[in-house]
Amino acid sequence: MANEPRLVEVRRNVLKRNDVVARALRENFREAGVTVVSLVSSPGSGKTAFLEKTLTLLQPRYRVAALVGDLATENDALRLARSGAKVSQITTGTLCHLEAEMVRGAVETWNLRELDFLFLENVGNLVCPSSYDLGEELRLVLLSVTEGEDKPLKYPTIFNSADVAVITKTDLAAAVEFDWPAAAANIQRVRPGMRVIQVSAKTGEGMDQWLAFLEALRTPAQTRA
Amino acid sequence: MHELSIALSLIDTVEEEAERHSGRVSAIHLKLGPLSGVVAEALVSAFEMAREGTTLAGARLVIEEMPVVVYCSTCQARQPVASIQWFCCPVCDTPAAEVVQGKELEVVALEMEDGE
Repeated sequence: MANEPRLVEVRRNVLKRNDVVARALRENFREAGVTVVSLVSSPGSGKTAFLEKTLTLLQPRYRVAALVGDLATENDALRLARSGAKVSQITTGTLCHLEAEMVRGAVETWNLRELDFLFLENVGNLVCPSSYDLGEELRLVLLSVTEGEDKPLKYPTIFNSADVAVITKTDLAAAVEFDWPAAAANIQRVRPGMRVIQVSAKTGEGMDQWLAFLEALRTPAQTRA
Repeated sequence: MHELSIALSLIDTVEEEAERHSGRVSAIHLKLGPLSGVVAEALVSAFEMAREGTTLAGARLVIEEMPVVVYCSTCQARQPVASIQWFCCPVCDTPAAEVVQGKELEVVALEMEDGE
């Protein structure tokens, strides 16, 4: 005789385990006074070049470090280490995104108090990283001018999950006839009020504005709720 | 494609929850918002693969897709967005950044059957 199934009500976030680790990380980071910024983008958008430039420019005045997620190679970590910053690689294998547990494992033996800024470079992917909180204070989404101005509309979820949009490779904008007003409008459509920063890691254009933004974030961020 | 990772987390979550109740899980009810970054069809396929050999091998995954709802400061009301490519109020067109629904990736109920 078949019993009627009983309906048991539950409320469980599927990614609770990740969220718990991410929350603990965020607390640790704040307590240690390190500002943590993560970067997401599609492959080839210039994340590593942008980060290398950022680390190099911050290095004289701040203690900086980076964690780099990559599927298989260590090329990005080697490039970033040229800046003189502390750099560690997280090889994700076939996994297409970083999870909070990987970040926790990577910084486990670090003394976070010795750092002012920590950057988390996610795997190049505009889909999967959006689901995972890494404990960062700020999430950047990068968009290179060569990718086209409709990227925000194709990947609204990741743009909506990020705090700041960084438009990279601006030195190529004229060559590819990048439509600035359309890009700005598309970003605002998927994330109203989103801050947009324009940079060229190659020429250095816009980097001062970006650094000023980062530095301003640092002092008040510690008391942010 | 990270739905397999998500499916494995889902199985862990449900197995943990099911231990507190007697019987066997015959269905899992999940609320899913588009801003979770998870695609329903892909999650169902991944779940059907991942459930093999677990205590959930016979369980169905029932997904309720949640629309994105924003808070419109002009209307002072919650409104569903017309498209996730346009976060604005469908009534007055005011851009609306405050998302009140649409990020869900949440198990809300289990159907349990008595038996072995």
